[in-house]
Amino acid sequence: MLLKKTLLASAVIGAMLATAANAETLRWTRSADSLTMDPHSQNEGPTHSVNHQIFDTLLYQDMDVEYQPGLATEWHVKEDEPTVWVFKIREGVTFHEGQALTADDVVFSLNRARHEHADMRGLLTSISEVRATDDFTVEVETHDPNPLLPNNLTNLFIMSREWAEEHGVEEPQNYAAGEETHAVRNANGTGPFRVESREPDVRTVFVRNDEYWGIDHYPMEISRLVFTPIESASTRVAALLSGEVDFLQETPVQDIERLGNAPNIKNEQGAENRTIFLGMQMGAATLETADTDDNPFADRRVREAINLAVDATTIQTAVMRGNSEPAGMIAPPFVNGYTEEMDVVLPADLDRAQELMAEAGYGDGFRVTLQCPNDRYVNDEQICQAVVSMLARIGITVDLVAQTRSIFFAELARGEYDFYLLGWGVPTMDSEYVFNYLYHTKEDDFGTWNFTGYSDERVDELTVTMGQEVDEEARNEMIAEAWQIVHDEIVYIPLHHQMLTWSMRDDIDFKVQSENTPHFKYLRFNN
Amino acid sequence: MLAFLIQRILQAIFVMFVVALISFSLFHYVGDPVLNMLGQEATEADRAELRGRLGLDQPVVVQFYRFIVNAAQFEFGISYRSARPVTDLIMERLPATLELAIISAIFAVVMGIGLGIYTALRRRSWLSRFIMTASLVGVSLPTFLIGVLLIYLFAVELGWLPAFGRGQTVRIGDWWTTGLLTTSGLRSLILPAITLGLFQLTLIMRLVRAEMLEVLSTDYIKFARARGLSDRVVNLRHALKNTLIPVITIIGLQLGTIIAFAIITETVFQWPGVGALFITAVRFVDVPVMAAYLMMIALVFVVINLVVDLLYYAVDPRLRAQGGGK
Repeated sequence: MLLKKTLLASAVIGAMLATAANAETLRWTRSADSLTMDPHSQNEGPTHSVNHQIFDTLLYQDMDVEYQPGLATEWHVKEDEPTVWVFKIREGVTFHEGQALTADDVVFSLNRARHEHADMRGLLTSISEVRATDDFTVEVETHDPNPLLPNNLTNLFIMSREWAEEHGVEEPQNYAAGEETHAVRNANGTGPFRVESREPDVRTVFVRNDEYWGIDHYPMEISRLVFTPIESASTRVAALLSGEVDFLQETPVQDIERLGNAPNIKNEQGAENRTIFLGMQMGAATLETADTDDNPFADRRVREAINLAVDATTIQTAVMRGNSEPAGMIAPPFVNGYTEEMDVVLPADLDRAQELMAEAGYGDGFRVTLQCPNDRYVNDEQICQAVVSMLARIGITVDLVAQTRSIFFAELARGEYDFYLLGWGVPTMDSEYVFNYLYHTKEDDFGTWNFTGYSDERVDELTVTMGQEVDEEARNEMIAEAWQIVHDEIVYIPLHHQMLTWSMRDDIDFKVQSENTPHFKYLRFNN
Repeated sequence: MLAFLIQRILQAIFVMFVVALISFSLFHYVGDPVLNMLGQEATEADRAELRGRLGLDQPVVVQFYRFIVNAAQFEFGISYRSARPVTDLIMERLPATLELAIISAIFAVVMGIGLGIYTALRRRSWLSRFIMTASLVGVSLPTFLIGVLLIYLFAVELGWLPAFGRGQTVRIGDWWTTGLLTTSGLRSLILPAITLGLFQLTLIMRLVRAEMLEVLSTDYIKFARARGLSDRVVNLRHALKNTLIPVITIIGLQLGTIIAFAIITETVFQWPGVGALFITAVRFVDVPVMAAYLMMIALVFVVINLVVDLLYYAVDPRLRAQGGGK
């Protein structure tokens, strides 16, 4: 009895010491706030970043973008049933408001995210049914075998069914209904932080969840996390310089050097999951903006000439100030299917480019309009300006139209562009995602972002089968074959992989995550 | 009087209608909200479906009719960006903007009149010349640049004042929040208020100075001096009073401008007001918020002009004679 008491007392003191040592506040800023606390309503980066602190997913990508178990402890394809994935759910997990997590909450959350009002449903279209077979096992059945299903679940947050029913938020927000639901500004997750207060676009305060299932597994050194979005880039940097924030998530390129030289501040850099490239309308008979009677982009020799004339290395040094990695393919190194051989940048060769132009019958060049966003990617407009002057050297007169992202993407989606700059990330970490959206012929559910008119039967076939093939070796062969075809055809002109910079107080130990999603449970203080 | 009032109100309604029409037709050139709302995995069918749910697939005339009917009842729908009622969003943000606008207006008026008088009376002193030259800078530098410069000087280099935000706020009543009652709130207000008020300050100062110089050379001032009145009485009672009539008109009209121009200041300082709300809405093509904001600003101007018109009517007997004499 006495022993028990002493043990208890020392445990209490130990806990107090631990808390005292870890009473650290981190003030975090980036350009945009989360749109809503409803985890299934919006499929958007900053919203997911905030939700990852409050909620858990079945599996997630850690700071090295490796897949790690979250609320699922293991997952595998069911034996003899290639269309069924089995997830073992972690036991002993409770939500912030005390509800115990069961397989039923997982079933509820996945079905909620598949609801027609949920913007997350685009990632879950392959699912036909979600069921709980016991309290801690979930089976997900897909229409066809889907080897990539787990990769699509890394931003699918698990809510409590009981909580949702209590507050009438069994369905995600319906914009047309005109009412705000309880889930827009309230959240009850199982994640490492609880929400203490939230003023949208102004300030969100999180406190550490001391009952977190992973409290002993992760550093969990932040006791209080204060998130204040700051839209203006110069103000964001000033706030870090003046010590009003500790951690700046998106450092503007022009300020990287300055922050690196500032006392008590350091930069962390890494490859971002985003490749910048040029797209050309090659499928149409004529181009809207060109001064030719035919479509020069339809000729592979013209595309090759452009590829030889656009010098990605010069763009890296002159436009990006070194903060990019010239690319030969539209997939960053950590994506399945990436090969160093294919990610090679050809040295610019103007003589050969001019020869090719002459062979194709465009020795005198032609005129075309390049469309470009000016507030979406790092230095997007400047990249386009560089491309304009590089193409002028082989006789292609490029008129540049650079405009704000909302207009750019609306016009791009309507297929109005002949020649455009775009960036692409691969959230599933697998090449299938790139082929599905960028290379497959544009039709119903495929090729949504293929605005080039490119269409190849073999690539289409490979794209569909690589999405269903369960045998890893056979799958990787298909991926390699598809890459080779589109590489030889020069469907796009890859420019570079974007780099990501986070700046912070120099006593913080935190690496850049390529998905631009910080998991603050990993952050450590060096003091 | 009644006829005048009705005429003016009808005019105001017409102006509001035209603003609604113009802003509504502009929305078709700002991009497609559906693209922002659905992630990049969405298919064309998903987008068409959401467009249908939002009523964006209907003819423009139908959309405009619905908008006008709802707007007349102060009903602007749900923000596409934050999924909350637009009226709530604006009411939440309005206190921040009004507080900033009023404080910078007071700053501009007090400093503007004070400096205007000083530079008129001590025309040849080196301080007056310095103030006049410096005021040129205030007129010619864009607001955002002034804001950025102030932030780097007072927040980064000197560390005296916060670079962004509104500090700690206190809730008063149901919906008003104020930063005027806390130290951090007051400290946060200084830089944005100066940034926003600087242009108006120089405007008022130059106006007061010019009017003052003109009044000082009139006969009745000379007569007052001849009567042996002290400089103080002549300058402040006789001269200043007559100077202020045009100044007051300008100040009234400028208040609307301050609220409307708060957009830039609010963005630079991450001030949580309606201007910053509007800018974020533009980036996201959040049409309901953009529409409501433009209507609100139009209403502010229309109301101010209406009040000014009515005041003229009350003050100037000639207007009454024309209307009421028949």
